[in-house]
Amino acid sequence: MRFDYLTSYRQDFALLRHPADRAAYGMLAAALLAAPMVVSAYGLGELSYVLILCIAAMGLMVLTGFTGQVSLGHASFVAIGAYGHAYALSQGVPFILSLPLAAGLAALAGLAVGVPAIRVSGLYLAMVTLAFAIVVEQLAGMWRAVTGGYMGLAVPPPELFGLPLGGATGFYYACLAVTAMVLIGLVNLMRSGIGRAFRGVRDSEAAAHALGIRVRAVRIAAFGLSAGITGLAGGLMAHHLGYLTPDAFSLVLSLDLVLMVVIGGLGSLRGAILGAVLISMLPNAVAALKAILPDSLARQSGLELFVSGLILVLFVLFEPQGLNGRWLKLRLLVETFPLYRRDTFRRQKSYMRSERNR
Amino acid sequence: MSAPSELLVLDRVSLHFGGLAAITDLSLSVREGEILAVIGPNGAGKTSMLNLVTRVFDPSGGRILFRGRDISRLPRAAIASLGIARTFQNIELFEAASVLDNLLLGRHRFGAGAWWQQLLRTPGLVAIEEAHRARVEEVIEFLDLSPWRRASVATLPYGVRKVVELGRALCAEPALLFLDEPASGLNPEETRDLGFWIEDIRSELGITVVMIEHDMGLVGAVADRVICMAQGRVLAQGSAAEVQADPEVVAAYLGT
Ligand SMILES: Nc1ncnc2c1ncn2[C@@H]1O[C@H](COP(=O)(O)OP(=O)(O)OP(=O)(O)O)[C@@H](O)[C@H]1O
Ligand SMILES: [Mg+2]
Repeated sequence: MRFDYLTSYRQDFALLRHPADRAAYGMLAAALLAAPMVVSAYGLGELSYVLILCIAAMGLMVLTGFTGQVSLGHASFVAIGAYGHAYALSQGVPFILSLPLAAGLAALAGLAVGVPAIRVSGLYLAMVTLAFAIVVEQLAGMWRAVTGGYMGLAVPPPELFGLPLGGATGFYYACLAVTAMVLIGLVNLMRSGIGRAFRGVRDSEAAAHALGIRVRAVRIAAFGLSAGITGLAGGLMAHHLGYLTPDAFSLVLSLDLVLMVVIGGLGSLRGAILGAVLISMLPNAVAALKAILPDSLARQSGLELFVSGLILVLFVLFEPQGLNGRWLKLRLLVETFPLYRRDTFRRQKSYMRSERNR
Repeated sequence: MSAPSELLVLDRVSLHFGGLAAITDLSLSVREGEILAVIGPNGAGKTSMLNLVTRVFDPSGGRILFRGRDISRLPRAAIASLGIARTFQNIELFEAASVLDNLLLGRHRFGAGAWWQQLLRTPGLVAIEEAHRARVEEVIEFLDLSPWRRASVATLPYGVRKVVELGRALCAEPALLFLDEPASGLNPEETRDLGFWIEDIRSELGITVVMIEHDMGLVGAVADRVICMAQGRVLAQGSAAEVQADPEVVAAYLGT
């Protein structure tokens, strides 16, 4: 059991208030920093890929988790970031400039999608974003001069101030640094006024308007921010892939990202990361599963899709708060042992809201 | 054109939904520093009147003057910065957020630092957040909300939600506060507390209060003046006793 005794708001603002938290996150950081010493080059490549997915999932989380806007087309922003970055590199723009440039380009595209998207929500918004993703994928296939079309586009190896980042270690550290910056930046934003406005728009538009929040502007800004971060992930993804073809940014990637934020737990950056880690481990887990399944089952195509679908259904049914919710409950259990109440997180019954009184 | 003591004036305002006239030629005024109760049968147009003032709907005609300035064409988000706050008949809280976040959102109109300050969490930003938090804590103390400070709204009982919503409106430090049926769904004890708070809101915080309310006990206890609406018009106004005795008012209530 532990109680907080706070003597200033500043203490309350601290993210990692308890020594145990600081120790845990410190150990995680140390392990990530030390990974290249123990992990093989192949393993580092996989870890870099997980980090890239973490960034992309955080990008989608900003939109879906914090402002409640669905997107089934986030692969398009990954694509814009990837192609934009690869093209800029091929034109001789240095890596350190090209990456933010690609993110900016994706952010602009996000704003452009966000403007019509504020008129619709839910299913219709999902359709708008899906349509946009299809257009982008087609465009990537047709616009040969820039994207190399279906033949593909080779991505120049990354360099930082003349030092090659092409090796697994260098690229891993680059991914780790970008992930850390995005995470810290978003944590800061989401616990300040901007993040509060996002959540306000998500939970009650009527109240948001009444408090002076410019709901439309917030919605569009969220699209831009989300797309920009996702585009940043795209830029890194370009190096991970090494060679860009449109099919790398298909609907499957969009759906994987949605899966990550939903399974991770909407409305939490920790959830985005947990979700990205889990979903990126899925192919390996399915491969391991195949080894123990009877042959007739193991050879079915689409097993992976089935497993991710099953996981999604299980989470929606039994843990709607996602991995993050599970994590919070476990933590509370440990902290308040033996006083934990099962109902701490139970929601009160929700009360009717009628449209006309808004 | 309005006398200095009139904070808000509705001047022959109307509102139509297609063929339905929710409000027709409604004129009324709210005086600085008063507690005004608006009563009336269901569908009288009370909430619609409030929605007109807070720019949820465009009026079909008429003018709405706040401190003498016509606000009937302002963007919806500009109302808060004038110092007008409201609560909702069916509680519009930010469900998945904590009570603290809900109250901090009440302070949105005072700004929360530039985006880059928020991104980097500069010392300046921490100072801004601290100042907001201090004001929010005053409201928490005023409304006895401290046991719920960190609770997520989704886990709160109904009565507490109503208080949180009132608190959020107070965090906006309004000059004019609209309460849409603040006592509905509250038990007698909670209603009595609410009555004391409303009086304190006026006398201690100096906020003008307009409350739409059906509970005549509460209205009689706190309101300086009562307006009865029916079918989108003002039927009668005066003290609680006068309005309740008005034959037209009695007829309007019996007629529904
Ligand atoms: N958005 C809307 N669209 C169409 N009609 C509406 C809308 N809002 C209100 N109305 C109609 O306007 C009339 C006035 O409604 P309003 O909600 O203002 O009444 P009220 O006095 O607040 O009633 P109550 O005591 O039930 O809250 C009603 O006939 C209602 O059906
Ligand atoms: Mg009403």
